[in-house]
Amino acid sequence: MSADPTQVLAFETDCHIFDGCGFPGPGLHSFLFEPIFGDADSNIYFNKTMLLALLGTVIIVGFFWAAFRKPKVVPGKLQMVAEAGYDFVRRGIVYETLGKREGEKYVPLMVSLFFFVWMMNLWSIIPLAQFPVTSIIAYPAALALIVYVLWMSLTFKKHGFVGGFKNLTGYDKSLGPVLPLIMVIEFFSNVLVRPFTHAVRLFANMFAGHTLLLLFTIASWYLLNGIGIAYAGVSFVMVIVMTAFELFIQAVQAYVFVLLACTFVQGALAEHH
Amino acid sequence: MNPLVQLAAEKPENPLIPPIPELVIGFIAFVIVFGFLAKKLLPNINKVLEERREAIEGGIEKADAAQTEAQSVLEQYKAQLAEARHEAARLRQEAQEQGAVILQEMRAEGQRQREEIIAAGHAQIEADRKAAASALRQDVGKLATDLAGKLVGESLEDHARQSGTVDRFLDELEAKAEAVR
Repeated sequence: MSADPTQVLAFETDCHIFDGCGFPGPGLHSFLFEPIFGDADSNIYFNKTMLLALLGTVIIVGFFWAAFRKPKVVPGKLQMVAEAGYDFVRRGIVYETLGKREGEKYVPLMVSLFFFVWMMNLWSIIPLAQFPVTSIIAYPAALALIVYVLWMSLTFKKHGFVGGFKNLTGYDKSLGPVLPLIMVIEFFSNVLVRPFTHAVRLFANMFAGHTLLLLFTIASWYLLNGIGIAYAGVSFVMVIVMTAFELFIQAVQAYVFVLLACTFVQGALAEHH
Repeated sequence: MNPLVQLAAEKPENPLIPPIPELVIGFIAFVIVFGFLAKKLLPNINKVLEERREAIEGGIEKADAAQTEAQSVLEQYKAQLAEARHEAARLRQEAQEQGAVILQEMRAEGQRQREEIIAAGHAQIEADRKAAASALRQDVGKLATDLAGKLVGESLEDHARQSGTVDRFLDELEAKAEAVR
C-alpha cells in the first residue's frame, strides 16, 4: 500500500495513539490529489476534483432536466422541489437585490451559480466523494471571474468609460479634499479586493470545513487504542456534529456567493452616487 | 524520501494560487450548467409558471365575473319582484275602485228599476182603478136606470143612454166627492 498520505484513507493505516505513532493530522497535503491520469507537471491531467466537478455538473443538469424538461402547470413532486429552489434564488436573492424588472435578466446566471456552488460544496459530505470541490481555489476563482467580468462590462456599458470609472471609485464631489483618498480606496476595494474576497470567502470556508471534518475523522481512528477509545467516541460525535454544521454552511456559502454577485451587478447598474 | 516532502517539492504549496487545469474545468463545468439552465430549462419553467399564474388569476376572474353576474341577476330579480308587488297592489286598488263604482252603478240601477217598477205599478193600479170606475159607473148607471125604469114603469134605458143622465149624475157625484176630499 502506498504511503502517500494524499492517497491513503485515515483508517487504512495502523497508526494509533500509544503505538509510538504521531498524529497524522490534516494539512495542505489533504487538498492535493495525484492525477487519475495525466501528469501533474505537464498541466494536462485529470484528478478527483475535476471528476467531482464534472459529476456535479451532470447531477445538476440531470436534476433540472428531469424536473423542468416537460414542466406541468400542476407540478409533480420533483418539479415542486426544483421550483422551490428556483423560486428561492429568484425571489429571495435576485428580486430582493436587483428588483423584479432589472433582475429578471440575471436570474438564470444567479440560479446556475447558486446550484453549482451548492453542489460543489455538497460533495464535502457525500459518502465516497467527501471532498468539497470549492476548497480548491480554482473553482471559486473561475466563478468569481465570470461575475467580475460581468460586473465590469456592465459598469462600463451602463455609464461609459468615465462614468464607469466614477462608479468604481465612488466619485462624489461633495467629499472635497478627502475625495482622492476615497477614490484610491474604493478603486482598490472594487477592482482588486472584492473579486478576490468573493472567491476566497467561499474557498476558505470550504477549506476550513473540510479540514475540521478531516481532523475529527482522523482523530476518531487514531485514538482507538486503550483509554483513547473514550476520546475517539467524543471525536466521532464531533464528526457527526460537524457534518451537520457543514451541511448548513454549504448552503449559506452558496447563498452568500450569489448574494454578493447580485450586489456587484446592482452596484454596476446603480446611478452613481 | 518522505512523500509529503516530495509532493511539496513538486507542487506549489500556496493554496491560493489556482491551478490552470482546474480553473478551466471549473469554467467549463459552470458554462455547461448555465447553458442548460439558461437556454432550455428555466425558460421552460418560466412559461409554465406564467401559465399557472394566468390559470389562477383567470379562475379568480371567472369567479368574480360569476359573482357579479349573480349579483346583477339577484338585483334584477328583486327589482322585478318589487315591481310585481307594486303592480299587484295597483291592480288591487284599481279593482277595489272599479268594484266600488260598479256597486254604485248597480245600486243606482236597482234604485231606478225599483222606481220604474213602482211607477209602473202605480200606473197599472190607476188604470185598473179607472177601468173599474168606468165599469162600475156603467153598472151602477144601468142598475139605477133599471131600477128607475121599474119604478116608472117604462124603460128608461134608451132615454138615459141618449141623454147621458146617468153620466152627468155620476160626474156631479164625483165632483162633489172631489170637492169634499
